[in-house]
This record gives sequence, C-alpha cells and structure tokens, in this order.
Amino acid sequence: MKYLDEYRDAPTARKYAKAIARETTRPWTIMEVCGGQTHAIVRFGIDTLLPPQISLLHGPGCPVCVTPLEVLDQAVAIASRPGVIFCSFGDMLRVPGSESDLFQVKSNGGDVRIVYSPMDALRIARENPGKEVVFLAVGFETTAPANAMAVHRAKEEGIANFSVLVSHVLVPPAMEAILGSHQNRVQGFLAAGHVCTIMGYTEYEPLARKYHVPIVVTGFEPLDILQGVYLCVRQLEEGRAEVENQYSRSVRREGNRPAQELLTRVFTVVPRKWRGIGEIPASGLGLAPPYAAFDAARRFRVDDRHAEENPDCISGLVLQGIKKPQECPAFGTKCTPLHPLGATMVSSEGACAAYYKYRRHASMGSAPPGATAGGASS
Amino acid sequence: MCLAIPGRVESIDPSDPDLRMARVRFGGIIKQVSLAYTPEACVGDYVIVHVGFAISRLNEAEAQQVFEYARQIGELEQLKDGTAAGGAPAQ
Repeated sequence: MKYLDEYRDAPTARKYAKAIARETTRPWTIMEVCGGQTHAIVRFGIDTLLPPQISLLHGPGCPVCVTPLEVLDQAVAIASRPGVIFCSFGDMLRVPGSESDLFQVKSNGGDVRIVYSPMDALRIARENPGKEVVFLAVGFETTAPANAMAVHRAKEEGIANFSVLVSHVLVPPAMEAILGSHQNRVQGFLAAGHVCTIMGYTEYEPLARKYHVPIVVTGFEPLDILQGVYLCVRQLEEGRAEVENQYSRSVRREGNRPAQELLTRVFTVVPRKWRGIGEIPASGLGLAPPYAAFDAARRFRVDDRHAEENPDCISGLVLQGIKKPQECPAFGTKCTPLHPLGATMVSSEGACAAYYKYRRHASMGSAPPGATAGGASS
Repeated sequence: MCLAIPGRVESIDPSDPDLRMARVRFGGIIKQVSLAYTPEACVGDYVIVHVGFAISRLNEAEAQQVFEYARQIGELEQLKDGTAAGGAPAQ
C-alpha cells in the first residue's frame, strides 16, 4: 500500500542502522511512548539493528493497558444489564476486570458488540431506540476527537439512549510522571506520532527544556522509528534537548485545530488513574458539563467502584520502563494472552503481548534478566 | 490503539457537510470515512485514518523526507570515508 510499504525498505533501514551506530559513542536509554511503536519495534526486530549501547524502553502508550480496573468493572456491570447494548473496540473485550471481562459477559448472553468506530455505536443507538446503547470510550488524544464527535452528534440529534463510559488518557502528563520519578532511566523520547497529529507538539517543548530530554515526534513504520532513534541519538550525543518532528508527513506543530476544537468542547481535563501506575493529575479527559447527560457511569450509577490489582502482575513497572516483560516471573507461565493477569498481556500493543508473540522462545530461560534490559541484547 | 493508516480519498458525499463522509481506498478495500477534521482534504488526496476519521491530510512532499535524509546521511558518510581514504598516504 502506498505510504506504508515504502517505509519498510530494507536497504534504507540498514543505512539508518549504520548511521546510528556511527553516531553512538556512549550508552543511551530511549523510550518509545506509543504501544504501536513498541509493536513495530518487536515485530520487525528494530531493536536488534541498533548498537548494544542503545536501550529502547517501552512506554505507557497503550490505552488498553492503562484503562483502570474500576472502569473495566463498570463496563462489565453495565454490559451485564438487560436492555443494554454494550459497544467497544475489539481489544478491550479480553482485558481482565477484577472478576470478569466483557467476553465473559457476551458468552453469558450479554449484548456486547465490537465496533470499528464510535459512530457505529451511535448508529446502533439510532436503530435501537428501545435499548440503552453504551460505548466504552477509551484511548489517547488520537481517539478522543472521534469519540467527541459521537457524543456531539448524539446531543445534536437528541439520541437519548446513547451514552459513553469515558476513560480517556493524555500523553504529556504521563511522560512528565515518568521523568519526575526517582526511578527514571529515560534520556530521550520518541513521542507518539498520531497523538501529535491531533495535539501538535508545543506541549512537549517545556518538557524537553525542564528535564533536558530530546523528544522526537515519530511515526510507526520501521524507517520512521529508525530515523526517530537517529535524530534522538544525535541530540543526545550533541547535548541538545529539543523537540524534533520526524513524522512531518502527518504532524504539524499546531496539530489538528478542528479536532482540538471539538475535543475541548465535549471533554474537560480531569485527574485519571492509570492501571498499574496510579492517579496522575490532569492526565485524562472526562465529559464537559454540557455533555454530562451522556455519561454512562452516572446514568447506570456505577461510579463508586474500587478494585485491587492482581499482586502477581508487574505491568505498572513495565509501563514505566522500569522492568521488561520477561523479568516478570509470571510471564509466559501464569500469564499468557489467553489467560492474562494484566492488560499489557492483552492488547497487541502491550509490551508483554508483543514479547510473548515475537520473543518468548528467545527470552525464556536463555538470557539473564539483566541482559534483556538493553533492547539490542534481547 | 492509535493505529492509523493512509488511504486515498475516492469521493466525498456532500449531503452532511458536518461529517463530510468520504469513500477512502486502502489498497483493495474501500471504507466510509469522515473528513470532518480534515476540511482541506479533496478527492485524490491521501489521508491518515483512525477509527473512521481522517486525522490528517498526508503531506506528500514531507513523505519523502525520510528517504531524502537517508540519502544525505549516506553521502555524508561516503564523504567522510572518502576523506579518510584520501587522507591516507599514497602507496
């Protein structure tokens, strides 16, 4: 496909790999923020092309992974009610709540439907006026404008049987939480290209200055990631800490203004709990007061839930780049994609699931845990 | 989840100007996509699509920069190699 296949060109990839090796004189630790980038890195073995001094850490940018347990329990509770059609993106269905997941609700006779777009859920609401149609609105800034449009249209058209269970998260506060942690090892970031397509990258400029970290807005194909690493390494080697835009075919500094406009009308910034990490101030989006009538948590009175994470799951440490998946004793044994303990093993963008799919034979038993912390060595 | 892929705008339906629904081709597949957030996108343009919405019009000139940059790196390195080789004493 045009604008996809050419960014997987092997000779150009080798050129970048060689250039990165030439530039690198010291060990550097770089975090790719987005789960889509993690998936590409592990799938295409991009880390194995890098010199051993470069460690890639996998960041928290997997919405499926960071959606808190409470929200999943709320989803299960709402979806189990008679008269409800519960709509969700497919990858949320297997994510374990405290006692159940949406697939289990479906197999017990609940009307749980996988949709491609929130607008599909809105159409289902239009077609089923006798039912309550609820959409599980998760995701980062990339997905929020689509969900905002569904809510906005529901209000405009007076579709009263539609509501959304919102658990949107924002990337820059999570990056700041990582940088501000005393356990932080990240020296440079590959920022998430599609998040920046919506929001632009002005928010990252004060972060780069304050923490003196280079931040390179990066795409998702192998050449994008390799060029992103190259630009980041050059900055690190030269002692610069700037925001650069590798993914300029999609990202503009100011972002997508029409999308930001509707996003800020429908949503408001709220504190948000991140699964495995905890609450981060001003790190999420909730419905703004004029749209509060579409809040499923209020409509179904499920907004008072508290839940505890499985103690065997270290996904919080994995999401912050402190541990690698195969350093978890449950990895590939008690925890597999079919029977996940935590969300990082569920989504294809979760670091644990990516390692399970592409690396489990290489990583289990053979390499000592310390050796796997460097991307190139695993 | 932030997966978004490029496709070509084949036609735009003018009946709902707020949603600006379009037929967008991804290889052999055509899907209905809203161009609400890319008012500048026209038929023939490539757009980057996420959950049924175009989130940007692909900048075709910028799309080449990753290759252009690689070419420049290559030339620079050749130059360095050349200089190194040229700087060595002649046999």
